[in-house]
Amino acid sequence: MPANAFPTSVEYFRALPEIVLTLAGVLIMFLEAVLRDDQKKIFGFLTIVGLGAALGAAISAGGDPGGAFHNMLVVDGFATFFRVLVIGVGLLAVFASIEYLERERANTGEYYALILFSIVGQSIMVTANELIMVFIGLEISSIASYVLAGYLRDDARNNESALKYFLLGSFATAFLLYGVAWIYGLTGSTNLFQIRQSLASPGAPPVVLTGMAAALMLVGFGFKVSAAPFQVWAPDVYQGAPAPVSGFLSVGPKAAAFGILVRVFMTAFGPIAARWEPIVWVVALATMIVGNFAALQQSNIKRMLAYSSIAHAGYVLVAVAANSEVGSAAVMFYLAAYALTNFGAFAVVTHIARKGEKRVGIDDFAGLAQRQPAMAAMLTIFLLSLIGVPLTGGFFGKFYIFKAALDSNLVWLTVLGLLNSAVAAYYYLRILVVMYMREPAKLGEASTEALAEASVPAGAALQFAVYASAVGTLLLGIFPGWVLDAANRAALK
Amino acid sequence: MTLLDAVIFLPLLGFFALLIAPASVSRLGALAISLLVFVASLGLIGKVTGAADGYTFVNSTPWITYPPIRYHVGLDGLSLWLLILTTLLTPIAVLVSWKHIDHRVKAFYAFLILLEFGLIGVFVSLDLFLFYVFWEVSLVPMYFLIGIWGHDRRIYATVKFFLYTFAGSVLMLGAIIYLYNLAGTFDYTGILEQLRSGRIMLSDRAEMVMFLAFFLAFAIKVPLFPLHTWLPDAHVEAPTAGSIMLASVMLKMGTYGLVRFCLPLFPQAAHTSAPWIAALAIVGIIYGALVAMVQPNMKKLVAYSSVSHLGFVVLGVFSFTQAGLDGAVYQMLNHGISTGALFLLVGYLYERRHSLEISAYGGVATPAPNLSAVFLITTLASIGLPALNNFVGEYLVLQGASQAHFSWVVFAAVGVILSACYMLWLYQRAFFGRASESLSHHMPDLSGREWAAVLPLLILMFWMGVYSQSFMPAISAQNAQILGQTNRTAVASRHPVVKEVANAR
Repeated sequence: MPANAFPTSVEYFRALPEIVLTLAGVLIMFLEAVLRDDQKKIFGFLTIVGLGAALGAAISAGGDPGGAFHNMLVVDGFATFFRVLVIGVGLLAVFASIEYLERERANTGEYYALILFSIVGQSIMVTANELIMVFIGLEISSIASYVLAGYLRDDARNNESALKYFLLGSFATAFLLYGVAWIYGLTGSTNLFQIRQSLASPGAPPVVLTGMAAALMLVGFGFKVSAAPFQVWAPDVYQGAPAPVSGFLSVGPKAAAFGILVRVFMTAFGPIAARWEPIVWVVALATMIVGNFAALQQSNIKRMLAYSSIAHAGYVLVAVAANSEVGSAAVMFYLAAYALTNFGAFAVVTHIARKGEKRVGIDDFAGLAQRQPAMAAMLTIFLLSLIGVPLTGGFFGKFYIFKAALDSNLVWLTVLGLLNSAVAAYYYLRILVVMYMREPAKLGEASTEALAEASVPAGAALQFAVYASAVGTLLLGIFPGWVLDAANRAALK
Repeated sequence: MTLLDAVIFLPLLGFFALLIAPASVSRLGALAISLLVFVASLGLIGKVTGAADGYTFVNSTPWITYPPIRYHVGLDGLSLWLLILTTLLTPIAVLVSWKHIDHRVKAFYAFLILLEFGLIGVFVSLDLFLFYVFWEVSLVPMYFLIGIWGHDRRIYATVKFFLYTFAGSVLMLGAIIYLYNLAGTFDYTGILEQLRSGRIMLSDRAEMVMFLAFFLAFAIKVPLFPLHTWLPDAHVEAPTAGSIMLASVMLKMGTYGLVRFCLPLFPQAAHTSAPWIAALAIVGIIYGALVAMVQPNMKKLVAYSSVSHLGFVVLGVFSFTQAGLDGAVYQMLNHGISTGALFLLVGYLYERRHSLEISAYGGVATPAPNLSAVFLITTLASIGLPALNNFVGEYLVLQGASQAHFSWVVFAAVGVILSACYMLWLYQRAFFGRASESLSHHMPDLSGREWAAVLPLLILMFWMGVYSQSFMPAISAQNAQILGQTNRTAVASRHPVVKEVANAR
């Protein structure tokens, strides 16, 4: 049908966010080559404009849902929610990065272009309606992320981080691709709805084989969301990567991967849900336990936040295991709350770490409440949200996840998850203790220079990122209705 | 917008005001705010006592549309006096911290006022979700109060305090969600109505699990033996104001929760497990008293005496008799007054001598006769001397318990005797004898500010001991209703045989 061979304008409109982001990224790479060094300050601004435009495009595209490009992409409420989320995270990441890059003398265009391309990949992932697009989106996002993790190329920790991320990440992607190939072989399709129909039809392929394919894909996604037992990369990567990049990696790609995990498993593998639900149940529990108990032992704050982000992936998996409309809404709300909270925490770490990221031990936060009361107060909000104390987004997210789990009769998983969150309180409290209840002993002995450096206030952009995250965290806790309504409307059935 | 809403939100506004205002006015500001809240809360009394068996000052406004969470608050005879206790003790806590707190003053008073907000909220919430929110919110300021302004081992103590309470309350959250999934509402009165009319049914097992989830959270807070170990640590390390608020009000969150939620929501499970809980309460009464007797540290002694006194409250609650429940609720208030006063006076001693060890004192009565006299009255009140407040509560609890099961009383009464032993012995060692030279020099008598803080408590000790009629009718009316709900539903249970066994025990 030649009339359908070419995409119509509405289809371009539905893919506009990706198009805008790609153009912005390409433009920045072009300008990087032609601009003088002193003109390169505009990259941050350009990226923000590009992301802002993409955000607008994503919202307006969400007003006109439908498929695009032969249903390779689908713009529905679910996709729009995640698009807005990953683009919003990108905005926060850029605000938090500008000062950091200047401090490390690495304020080049590649960084911003890579952030943009990573978001393009994430955006494609969450809009994908068939497995090849999932794979393409995942790869675009991942490859940009690998480079970002090793962005400060003279820093040994960055190199280690990038190499580990790349090797393990490629390995996991291969599993995913193998699973896609199996599914294509079994059902003759890569479209999620056709796979679903095929699996639900009387002549469905043997469940052993489809289950194997689903398992292979679960390995691939499990790696991306850092679910146990595929979580080992996360602590090393988050610890080694530049602090704002760690913050970005711990929320953006993770949210996108969860989005597509939920879509693939609830849509395509819905007919064999009875097979994968128990597996996700086990994975969720293992992820919570591994993350929380390993985090108890950490003395480096980036590494501790890495383990904590593993634990939070476990909570989200509880909602995935619920496999219901409420569960899907809970995944969405939790990821939004978690994104603001966790990125905010990393943004504060970015500020406290100072040049060369020398201050990333938990002891370096000693006496922060007296030196920088505002930053300490913001970090307190983020930590309370990660603990799950009411009036923060983290609490309401957790509440909604466990509500979904109880709806689906996952009583034991709920009880164990709740107890896990009590364990988690211990290591978050440690940071609060250090910030508020310890005197800065180490600094007392250090030179006045070190003291002065530790008291430098954050730049305006970074402050904006921190305050915006904190306000968002509180708003999601006190008036969750705004985001929750969107999540409930957009939830997958 | 009712007067109650103003009482709830004034502390929150005050918290923000204190954060913005310069540190030099924090003390005065906190005092002004807490006094204002206190005066406003007095205005609540008349209307509530006029209609004590139902809720007054009800405000039910949607907060979150889906899931339907409402800002639903109201006062009845049970919550009224606990609220007044909170608003009374907050200005007193400000007064006792006046000189004692000399660093990071602004944050201290801000947290103290935020604590008042959380505590008031707990006692007035009629929506389970809202209740949980306030329950946890009150935890955070106390965590900082102990952790920043406490004594040497404050960090260990405050983390233990937070984790114990948090671990207990997450399971309560699970139970709250489960109830919501059944009833489709968080509204306490709504859920109660549905349970009573049989629109939702809990299986025996489910009811017991729910009951235990709520009970564990409350029992940790009370604290009931053997979950009490956080309490001595927290009390010893907390600053005086923290100890007062912790002992007088925060522990009552647990007992209040038992009366308000555990009994009416899960009557059958409450009846089934009553013998076990009463046994734990009695063990707590005797154990707390015995351990208090051997403490060399005054604050620890008072802390263990709290374990003992709170055992009486739990015993009264689980006697399921009018007298027992009245006594339990009255005893909550009494303990708030007399133990609050004890911690306050121990704080005075500490400010003078910088030691909590009993052996560091002796002969205080000579240089500080007024302080000693006030301490004696408080000691006698704590022991349960007639004409002072604790006597009324303890008597009613014992009477109620004897109606339920006479052997309970035999054991519990031992606790009354033991309390006289440890308190009088403490008094003898600290206040009688010859005052050493160094002690006499550092033991000025009560100042005007110190009198102002302790006098209201002294007056209440006599008032509540002599004329309990001012307080009791409101409490009784609400208790009769709770008891009616509890016993009726339990008697009409699906397994009468189990019930008879439970009652026969």
